[in-house]
Amino acid sequence: MNRIHQLYAWLMLLPALVMLFAFTHAPTLSTVWHSLLSPARGGRPQTFAGLSNYRMMLEDDVFWQTLTNNLWYAAGTVPSSIVLAVAMALWVNSGMAGRTLLRLAYFTPTMLPMIAVANIWLFFYTPEVGLFNKLLTLAGQEGINWLGDPKWALRSLMLMTVWKEAGFFMIFYLAALQSLNREMYQAAELEGASCWRIFRRITLPLLMPTTLFVLVNAVLNAFKLVDHLFILTKGGPNNASNLLLYYIYENAFSFFNSTYAATLTVVLLSILILLALVLFGLIERRVHYR
Amino acid sequence: MQTLSRLLSTSAAWLLGLLWILPLLYAVWAAIHPGEYATRFDLLAPLTFDNFTTAWKHAPFMRFMLNTVIITGLILAFQLVLCTLAGYALARMPFRGASVVFGLILLQLMVMPEILIVENYRTLAGLGLIDTHIGVGLPYMASAFGIFLLRQTFRTVPQDLEDAARLEGCTRLGVLWKVFVPLARPTYLAYGLVSVSHHWNNFLWPLVVTNTERSRPLTVGMAIFGAPESGVDWPVICAGTLIAVGPLLAVFLIFQRQFVQSFMHTGLK
Amino acid sequence: MLRIGKRLLLVALALLAFGTAAQAKTELTMYYPVAVGGPLTSVVDGMIQDFERNNPDVKVNAIYAGNYNDARVKALAALKGGQPAQLSVLFSIDVHELMELDAIMPFDDVVETDDERQWLQSFYPALMENGIVNGKVYGIPFQRSTIVMYYNKDAFREAGLNPEQPPKNWDEMAQMGQKLTKKDASGRVERWGVMIPSTGYPYWMFGALAKQNGEVLMNGAGNEVYFNKPGVVEALTYWRDLSAKHGIMPQGAIDWGTLRQNFMEQKTAIMWHSTGNLTAVKESATFDFGVAFLPAHKNYGSPTGGGNFYIFKQSTPEERKAAIRLVRHMTNPEQAALWSIATGYMGVSPASYETQALKTYVADFPAAAVARDQLQYATAELSTHQSGRVRKLLDDAIQSVLNGEKQPQEALDAAQKQAERILSGY
Repeated sequence: MNRIHQLYAWLMLLPALVMLFAFTHAPTLSTVWHSLLSPARGGRPQTFAGLSNYRMMLEDDVFWQTLTNNLWYAAGTVPSSIVLAVAMALWVNSGMAGRTLLRLAYFTPTMLPMIAVANIWLFFYTPEVGLFNKLLTLAGQEGINWLGDPKWALRSLMLMTVWKEAGFFMIFYLAALQSLNREMYQAAELEGASCWRIFRRITLPLLMPTTLFVLVNAVLNAFKLVDHLFILTKGGPNNASNLLLYYIYENAFSFFNSTYAATLTVVLLSILILLALVLFGLIERRVHYR
Repeated sequence: MQTLSRLLSTSAAWLLGLLWILPLLYAVWAAIHPGEYATRFDLLAPLTFDNFTTAWKHAPFMRFMLNTVIITGLILAFQLVLCTLAGYALARMPFRGASVVFGLILLQLMVMPEILIVENYRTLAGLGLIDTHIGVGLPYMASAFGIFLLRQTFRTVPQDLEDAARLEGCTRLGVLWKVFVPLARPTYLAYGLVSVSHHWNNFLWPLVVTNTERSRPLTVGMAIFGAPESGVDWPVICAGTLIAVGPLLAVFLIFQRQFVQSFMHTGLK
Repeated sequence: MLRIGKRLLLVALALLAFGTAAQAKTELTMYYPVAVGGPLTSVVDGMIQDFERNNPDVKVNAIYAGNYNDARVKALAALKGGQPAQLSVLFSIDVHELMELDAIMPFDDVVETDDERQWLQSFYPALMENGIVNGKVYGIPFQRSTIVMYYNKDAFREAGLNPEQPPKNWDEMAQMGQKLTKKDASGRVERWGVMIPSTGYPYWMFGALAKQNGEVLMNGAGNEVYFNKPGVVEALTYWRDLSAKHGIMPQGAIDWGTLRQNFMEQKTAIMWHSTGNLTAVKESATFDFGVAFLPAHKNYGSPTGGGNFYIFKQSTPEERKAAIRLVRHMTNPEQAALWSIATGYMGVSPASYETQALKTYVADFPAAAVARDQLQYATAELSTHQSGRVRKLLDDAIQSVLNGEKQPQEALDAAQKQAERILSGY
């Protein structure tokens, strides 16, 4: 009986495990292997090259720049989209007039593929005829070369990312808010607690599990969302807005250097696994999934 | 004081809302006006439908749309089946090594297929599946997120229900189908929403793995259609964007109440 | 009854004949890119339909694949993935990389008759420079361009300049640019003097400036680059000074894709852009515009640019023959003339400018011949081994200087050093 039971469990897991192995575990391992090879060039086959790709990476200024850019990008987009998502959820959840309309407005970016709206954002950002600079001019300010100035290029990408993500995360917070216990709030109001105090003492702690879930998603997106780069900046000017995954794509599919791309991928994988350990450690401590 | 802060809060909410639909508003503006008004705003600008006809002629939107629907549907169908089976096994069938297997699965939460485009591309080329719908879908069909969600949901199903069904002579799969799946409906809905919105929007992997209109989804089609290299022609691009997102937006507008509500009743919190 | 039987038999025979004919059809798949404005895919489709009408035994799938980079990736991916592609239009400067990947073969090995051999000689030599390696023809010019100077004649008039005398050299461009730069009462610029795009293909624009200063960026074999020669550094200094010193060009990167829009909206009086944009500009200009040679310094100069036809090795002899027929069709004088009129790209052979269609067009619209006339001063576009990487080095160096992050000498020295390291293996 127990044998059969075990067999049954494995059989049910098998399809998922096969797919996961083929498209997650095996490629992860072969990425590590390929990062140790020299690229095939001019008819020469790939050969084992030890850590030479890694040495090349350490000397590669562009790699260091994409790495720092990516960390800034995560630091800039993750907290702001979460804060905005909470604010949106609170507004939409309150008794405000027209909240259905508002909810719809917040949610639209989720429905619009990043790559399609990137061209519209290009119009917002373009310096001479674009919307943002027109507004700045109306306000009597100098225009900004949003995508062409290394100071602004990455920030401009961040802004679009926050726009894209906040509405999606809002939905999760909204779901959480709707399930909160009414009575607790009534009690707090009877005690005469202020709105802010209620939010900080009751709502925020109760939203913690959602926040962790959203946090994981937001962090991941900060490392895997590069769609808008294809339209807006292509990582420029001078790599000011280049991100790791886009640089990996460039190396693999523009420069035909798949071994170096593999080396960069190993770095990205390490970052994500490290983050996973930290985040799941947090979850273990804060949230008790049964 | 109270009213003032309420007023402030309300106007902030609406300002943000306006900002959030601005791109859509602009797309509509640019699409229905002649080219010279694309960057100039004049209430009396003449209306035109030409941009839509031009865009429609430029790119096979129907084909792209069909590809997207097929790919998204294919992925979702496989995900639901694979994740249900795996989630059930992990939740209700204690076996040796379960925690190791669970850990291995959770790895995919972090190591997403997007990161492994180079290797997965190699695999698909080896299988001869480049430029096919199934090829676009394969790396996503087992989803750690889905398995995780369903495992959590299935764990909350009372043992009595399962036992009762077993007593009535249901097989394991029968129990899964008759008891667990109906109870987990909200989870399925929420997961479906997340999955569909992800794959509807997905770009990088389809870009890498599709070559022709045979399998190109909307996102890749739009990227090629609106490639800035060819000189940005906003009115036509906006018209194309509206054609492309129109159907999904319409579906959402019609069903948004049910959509959001079902989402709120899920275990996702 | 008998009659019906006969008719049936006839139908069956016809079907059979049709079936074998369909079977004997050679099927060709080609990828092609578009990098300038206008509805070019429909033009290509039309040319292909014309070919299929005249060659019923060949079926052509022409696949539009985005920009040059996408097209190369897609074509190579198809080959790797076992899908057929017998020929493609790809970036003319990809030739070294495509050879290294063992993807393409020379046209010399496919042509057979004297007529065909002669055809290989029928193009403008300047357009063949990027396509010939080791004396063999690997690329046949198709969507080819040079950079030309578009200028707004109305703006020239407004600034008190002669609209028929666009700047002929660097100094004139700087001086006229100052007059053309228009500011409002508060000192904000309403119209810039000149814009040279620095995203997308910065190395291409830079090749023009270097050539005007008497320099080229690489050797023919594609294993040496000359990024930090004094003349080249001087060229980049001039480019930077257009904004840093003369204040006639905005600071920071100028976008390739939106530049045409800026010109149309009269936000700049002069733009440097591919001649491939000519028809798109002509169709939407609401003002009087002119097209001229890029200004000279030591001499006139522009790199050629654009896409060539390549033939892939993975093809059968029949397919190659059909491919040659297709390429000949797409580049024959009449089609080349039609293509040039529809886009602004150059007619690729002298004969195309002798066609009635293009003659009439040029007589009516002289701007259409500027790119051709400039060909005598043209040079090859930057093309090396590992060209993607090398190009990016130069692009990054240019952008870092235009952004004011680095000095020209310093940036180009660094790019040269890294490029030498990459190219040392060839």
